[in-house]
Amino acid sequence: MHDMSAHAVHHHAPPTGFIRKYIFSLDHKVIGEQYYLLALVAVYIGLVLSWIMRIHLAWPNAAIHGLQFLSKTGAPGGVMTPEYYLQLMTMHGTIMVFFVLTTAPFAGFGNYFLPIQVGAEDMPFPHINMMSFWVTFVAFIVAVAAFFVPQGPPLSGWTAYAPLSALGEVAGPGQGTGQVLWAVSIAIFCVGQLLGSLNFISTTLDMRCQGMSLMRLPLSVWAWFITSCIGLTAFAVLMPACILLILDHVAGTSFFIPSNLVVNDQIQPHSGGSTLLWQHLFWFFGHPEVYIAIVPAMGVVSHVLITNMRRPLLSHRVIIYSMLSIAFLSYMVYGHHMFVSGMNPFSSIAFSFPTLAITIPATIIVLIWIGSLYGSKLRINSASLFALGFISMFISGGISGFFLAQPSIDIMLHATYFVVGHFHLVMAVAALFGIFAGTYFWFPKVTGRMMNETLGKIHFWVTFVGAYCIFMPFHYLGMAGNVRRYQAFVDDFMAPLMPVHKFITIAALITGAAQLVFLYNLIHSRFWGKPAPQNPWEGTSLEWSIPSPPPFDNFGGKLPVVYHDPYQYGVEGETSDFVMQDSPEQTNSARDER
Amino acid sequence: MATTVHEPPKIESRPTSHDGGWRDLPPPTGNLRCAVEDSSPASRTGVWVGMAAITMTFAALTSAMVVRQGASTDWRHFTLPPVLYFNTLVLLASGGVLEVARKRVAAFVRGVQRLRSVPLLWLCFTMGLGLLFVAGQYVAWLQLRSQGLYLATNPSSSFFYLFTTIHALHVLGGLAGLTLVIWRLSKPAPTLRMSTLNTVSYYWHFMGALWLYLLLLLWMRI
Repeated sequence: MHDMSAHAVHHHAPPTGFIRKYIFSLDHKVIGEQYYLLALVAVYIGLVLSWIMRIHLAWPNAAIHGLQFLSKTGAPGGVMTPEYYLQLMTMHGTIMVFFVLTTAPFAGFGNYFLPIQVGAEDMPFPHINMMSFWVTFVAFIVAVAAFFVPQGPPLSGWTAYAPLSALGEVAGPGQGTGQVLWAVSIAIFCVGQLLGSLNFISTTLDMRCQGMSLMRLPLSVWAWFITSCIGLTAFAVLMPACILLILDHVAGTSFFIPSNLVVNDQIQPHSGGSTLLWQHLFWFFGHPEVYIAIVPAMGVVSHVLITNMRRPLLSHRVIIYSMLSIAFLSYMVYGHHMFVSGMNPFSSIAFSFPTLAITIPATIIVLIWIGSLYGSKLRINSASLFALGFISMFISGGISGFFLAQPSIDIMLHATYFVVGHFHLVMAVAALFGIFAGTYFWFPKVTGRMMNETLGKIHFWVTFVGAYCIFMPFHYLGMAGNVRRYQAFVDDFMAPLMPVHKFITIAALITGAAQLVFLYNLIHSRFWGKPAPQNPWEGTSLEWSIPSPPPFDNFGGKLPVVYHDPYQYGVEGETSDFVMQDSPEQTNSARDER
Repeated sequence: MATTVHEPPKIESRPTSHDGGWRDLPPPTGNLRCAVEDSSPASRTGVWVGMAAITMTFAALTSAMVVRQGASTDWRHFTLPPVLYFNTLVLLASGGVLEVARKRVAAFVRGVQRLRSVPLLWLCFTMGLGLLFVAGQYVAWLQLRSQGLYLATNPSSSFFYLFTTIHALHVLGGLAGLTLVIWRLSKPAPTLRMSTLNTVSYYWHFMGALWLYLLLLLWMRI
């Protein structure tokens, strides 16, 4: 029944040797898996770092056995120094934001499924695609190398605020070589993401198969495409910012270091630099980065929910336009990270207004999800549970954003745990739930095997409850005045909050342990899982029209022809309640007429 | 109720609108003459996307320069090395020569021009001018050094070295593209596609326009 038309001509021959097949592969699917594996390694490093930090926060004088082997000076006898806490915090944020939240939902899933979902045999520039991964990999190695240089990694946080980040060793341990490695790593990472965005945009615009109009693209493709556009402009700004930072370190320039700055009783040999310049350049990237993490997750969650609801969303187009609106507005709100930087109060209002406005398209998307879920016979499985969990986290984290968007409230809550709770819920945990939803959903397609559903549901419930136990109390701590980036809360007014910190630490340890269940499920199912059929979830988009795992050229030498929009569910087909996108079977749905 | 239709909906094999299916496939035999003028939307999109990213990078550096200049009173103006104006003429001339080369290659592809050496010569001429431009930029840096103006001497010299170096690196990228074009055209069985040459020429002209902007910016601010 599935009509295939034009012969696909692959841009490169099937690989024969191990190196070409699995290491320096040109195949978008292998590159997607490489990105995912990189993110997997990174997320567990980030997880262990968060465990170490949480244990130290709850029991500041406790020795963590083995930590002294990572840094003799940073953790003598296993007891962390205040500086080393900041160093681990910096690396936790850097690894999680760049190498997990950017890498997995966008580069990992996107590389694997975008070409298939648009009906292409590969990306148009496979060599550039391969390069984008290996450049990212080098960036990761350079970042992690900071652990092993004298003085260790930087302590200036993932935001690397100047002048702390620009001064060198005089500013503290890790601020010399460690900080330079950080800046070099992020600059390299930007190159990798720019190369990836180039391929994503070209594939979406130019490699679509016959009949695949823009409005027939699955929402996941739209999300990856929009994210590519955001990334293209955001990373292109962060990269020169990192170059300027490196030059301040190694060449003696004065881009970010002001005149007559005295650090440790030493006048710094710099003049006239602007500390705010770094903040402007960084947050011009930094706020869109939030959407680089969350928009792909929105696309994945929409895709998963629709398949399991057995009905399309209330409006396909409005979701697309809302995501486009979010992308556009994401560049106009970055100043809300700088409300306390001394900016003109009128500037604060100018940044506050679009910050509140960006909640409108986000709310529209959430309402469409909830409205579509209402009355649907949702199939409950690990993927759909994590998709629901994403919505819950996104709403919970988003609501606290309303408060922080207002300068008068933000001045009180700035640099407190309220902010930490907010961005962890809305950006980190929500995006991770999107990654989990995508993993459980697409694992059968990638590996040809099913994941264990029981373990998946255990993983979901422990993670869902655990995430709330960790991050909701953060909001309470913030309102109580608990500042962030302190290694221990021994001051009088914060000491009564220690029981809350201990509770959070215990919750973090349990929630982290649930991620080991996920890892076991992932590895065990990869090799010994139940064989997966071609279309286990009865999906309609093109990835479900090909074998699991997909062949080298995706569509077996011929390109598909698309006749429908991607979500023809509930249409009383010949044998089921759905019609595949590449099936010429006619439906009675008005949606198909576009 | 859904029904199966015997004749699938008709779909144009090459729609004119953005409706999918407008792909470019490489020449099936690797024969240059089969490629003719077939454009490659993906490579065209790719180069536009790349140029957008480069534009953002230089926009960020421009705003950084404006902010840095206004942040303090330590900004010192200096006269731009005169060789920059010569370099500008060289780069603009290289763009013109590349256009001639493009026409010669197109004539060769259509069979009007029989000698492959003619378009190759024009392409090599373009490359030579490109290399001369980069060498000229190096001379400009030497001239500044001889005046005691180094990277860290003053923020104005920092930005001068930064802008010119990053632009020169991008020009080197364009020269790499030209090398690829020449290599593909000079092979015994040429595999060059017009779309590749067009893509490289878009990029090369963009480098020229970008340099004009940078020269104006440096002239006004430094």
